[in-house]
Amino acid sequence: MMSKLTVQERTGAMMISALVGLSGLLMAAAGHNDAMGAHGWIVMAFAAVMFFIVAGKLDMPEPAEDRAASYYDDPTRVGIVIALVWAVVGMFMGVWVAAQLAWPDLRFDAAWSSFGRLRPVHTSGVIFGFGGNALIATSFHIMQRTSRARMPNQVLPWFVLMGYNLFCIVAASGYVMGVTQSKEYAEPEWYADLWLVVVWVAYFVLYIRTLARRNEPHIYVANWYYLAFILVVAVLHIVNNLAVPASFMGAKSYSAFAGVQDAMTQWWYGHNAVAFFLTSGFLGMLYYFLPKRAERPIYSYRLSILSFWGIVFFYIWAGSHHLHYTALPHWVQTLGMTFSVMLLVPSWASAGNALMTLNGAWHKVRDDATLRFMMVAAVFYGLSTFEGSFMAIRPVNGLSHYTDWTVGHVHAGAMGWVALISFGSIYALAPVLWRRETMYSWKAVEWHFWLALAGTVIYVFAMWNSGITQGLMWRTYTESGTLSYSFVDTLVAMHPYYVARAFGGLLFLIGAAIGFWNVIMTIRHVPRRVPELDYPTSSEALEPAVPAAE
Amino acid sequence: MAVRKRDPLTGHETTGHEWDGITELNTRVPRSIWFFVFVTHLWALILWFLLPTWPLITTYTKGILGIDQRDEVQESIVVANAARADWTDRVDALPVADILGDGELMARVTNTAHQLFGDNCAGCHGTAATGGPGFPSLADDDWLWGGDPDTMMETLRVGVNAGHPDTRVSQMLAFGRDGILGREEIRTVVDYVRSLSGAAIPAERAAAGAEIYAANCASCHGEDGRGSTELGAPNLTDDIWIYGGDAASLFTTVHDGRQGWMPTWEGRLTETERKILTVYLQDIQRKATQ
Repeated sequence: MMSKLTVQERTGAMMISALVGLSGLLMAAAGHNDAMGAHGWIVMAFAAVMFFIVAGKLDMPEPAEDRAASYYDDPTRVGIVIALVWAVVGMFMGVWVAAQLAWPDLRFDAAWSSFGRLRPVHTSGVIFGFGGNALIATSFHIMQRTSRARMPNQVLPWFVLMGYNLFCIVAASGYVMGVTQSKEYAEPEWYADLWLVVVWVAYFVLYIRTLARRNEPHIYVANWYYLAFILVVAVLHIVNNLAVPASFMGAKSYSAFAGVQDAMTQWWYGHNAVAFFLTSGFLGMLYYFLPKRAERPIYSYRLSILSFWGIVFFYIWAGSHHLHYTALPHWVQTLGMTFSVMLLVPSWASAGNALMTLNGAWHKVRDDATLRFMMVAAVFYGLSTFEGSFMAIRPVNGLSHYTDWTVGHVHAGAMGWVALISFGSIYALAPVLWRRETMYSWKAVEWHFWLALAGTVIYVFAMWNSGITQGLMWRTYTESGTLSYSFVDTLVAMHPYYVARAFGGLLFLIGAAIGFWNVIMTIRHVPRRVPELDYPTSSEALEPAVPAAE
Repeated sequence: MAVRKRDPLTGHETTGHEWDGITELNTRVPRSIWFFVFVTHLWALILWFLLPTWPLITTYTKGILGIDQRDEVQESIVVANAARADWTDRVDALPVADILGDGELMARVTNTAHQLFGDNCAGCHGTAATGGPGFPSLADDDWLWGGDPDTMMETLRVGVNAGHPDTRVSQMLAFGRDGILGREEIRTVVDYVRSLSGAAIPAERAAAGAEIYAANCASCHGEDGRGSTELGAPNLTDDIWIYGGDAASLFTTVHDGRQGWMPTWEGRLTETERKILTVYLQDIQRKATQ
């Protein structure tokens, strides 16, 4: 890998690593009485590993090949493997915390392993670790292919990928040490947040510069979605994490917002993290890998426009539906509710566009588990967006809010949509990326598909039952006009569903582990094959895939 | 140089663009999509007229229905309280003994107290009120501060070692840690205390223990070891132990002291609710000791 970097680039990478290591040293020195000090050591160790990996190869000869003749895929390869490692780690954490809810003794009486600390390791592990790395890796692949242009720089993609993973490591290790700013999906403290801003701006610059170099007159839809993901996540991240550190010698900070404004900012962030991280970016993935795998044209370009602008416009307004029946003023709730319902049609237009694209390729869906992953992902995307709009209606939310129904809804989206489209894309991508004939084992892909589907269905049904039971018990009154059930009564009623949920999650985890194994075996054991036409070129040289009607 | 081609399967034209082998059809947006766009927008528009929705400079559009969630909550609390008043007024007015004798009223008290006890008391005293290590059972007739209705009402109101200005205060001293008694003395007095509830120990040890007991323990737990509800000192002559009655647990109790606490409920539960809990506990106690 290092042989593709020029000596100048290698030196540059070492200098960046040294600077990062120096910041780690500053953190370790300033925060030696605090968890921030431990983070300083982690940053230093990470930077040292990067530094010495490059330093060991510094005296290799300059690259001989012509850069313009190929895409730069090394960061994509590493990103896919890292994404799969995070998938297994993050999903294991999920199974563990699910089991803790059913059997609380699995905390083993330690502080670091308590539910409140492990749960964000799970959520950040799967959303940012698995999802984020899968998004970054696939975006590197897609932006080059759909622009028919190589990335403008070879150090920047490494900086983005490794810098992002440093953020993930600092985040996850902070949670187990009790470092959190108590904002859901925005738990990392101020120094981690600042670092992510640097990484994210680099990502945006890389993406825009690649697009600017494109050899295509138009920008493909997948890139719209990836750009929306990068741009809006930057805005969300910066605004929601505005905070004043209590001291530059420690991790603790205080949010710039207070009270209901804080809650509203948090859920504007939280809901749009779902919209632009977990939806927009993955729609970019879907828009490339699904038509590519099905070898069918996108059903409707016009529908793409309608759904893209609909999603981008309406989602931003919908966050207040997380705060129905709270101190938030009624008018903000009405706005959130109505925009959530108007959002449904553009969302379904996306899912419909994906499924209609499969017309003429349904036999492939039947035979090819990789394409089936993507098809089922589109179905779950449609289901969970419908459910989301429905739950945003105030009276429905009165039943569903604070219950496991919400948890089930989130996992229908996260497992059924986000994870399945990622796995489908990875199976489609891995042979191309590593120049292999095929995946190592198609049977293993089938196993993964059915385990993932069964796990998701068990999980979601368990949480629907649990959540609706819980919601109804909370609002059941005796004939005396007082509440029928205590909170403990609801826990007793929910226990069987908690066991079922942990089991569903376990199936999903086993599937992910099989997927990881399969990708590694593909890299190690499948014979090489270079795909045709997979290099930057001017568009005139290529014929469209759809044959002309005669 | 967009070259439009026709997809033989659907008959639709492509947009003429192509990216890495991917093309797009220029299919028109299905009518059903426009229909649902219209329906959802119309629904939203109607709600915007009916409900508070759009912010203005200093206020917001109030909506034709004039609904506000805060008013709705206030009204529904008034209605709910009024609906309960027929029997809660009687709970307030009647003495506890009369409520216990009124079968119809007791049924209401019991099904209400289930949730009140479950959400406020069961966390420590257990769902069946039988207590656990560190938390006394409420389902027997052994009481630290007294088990009659008035005393219970007062304990619920002020708590034990709580933040209330009138709180009940009680503390078992750390005899060993604070150097009042040596380890051997603690072992001796522990044996003596165990003998009060029937454990067999040698006579000379009992005599030595009795001496230590009289000097250090009797002021709170009484000469006879029967405790004191004035001071919240437990009875040592029965088989009921909050922190355990074996030699090791008692050693820890005497060595490190104990200071259990119970919150004050005055700020969280209304007087009616505290009375319902009192009646509920009287009823549990009555059934358990029958």
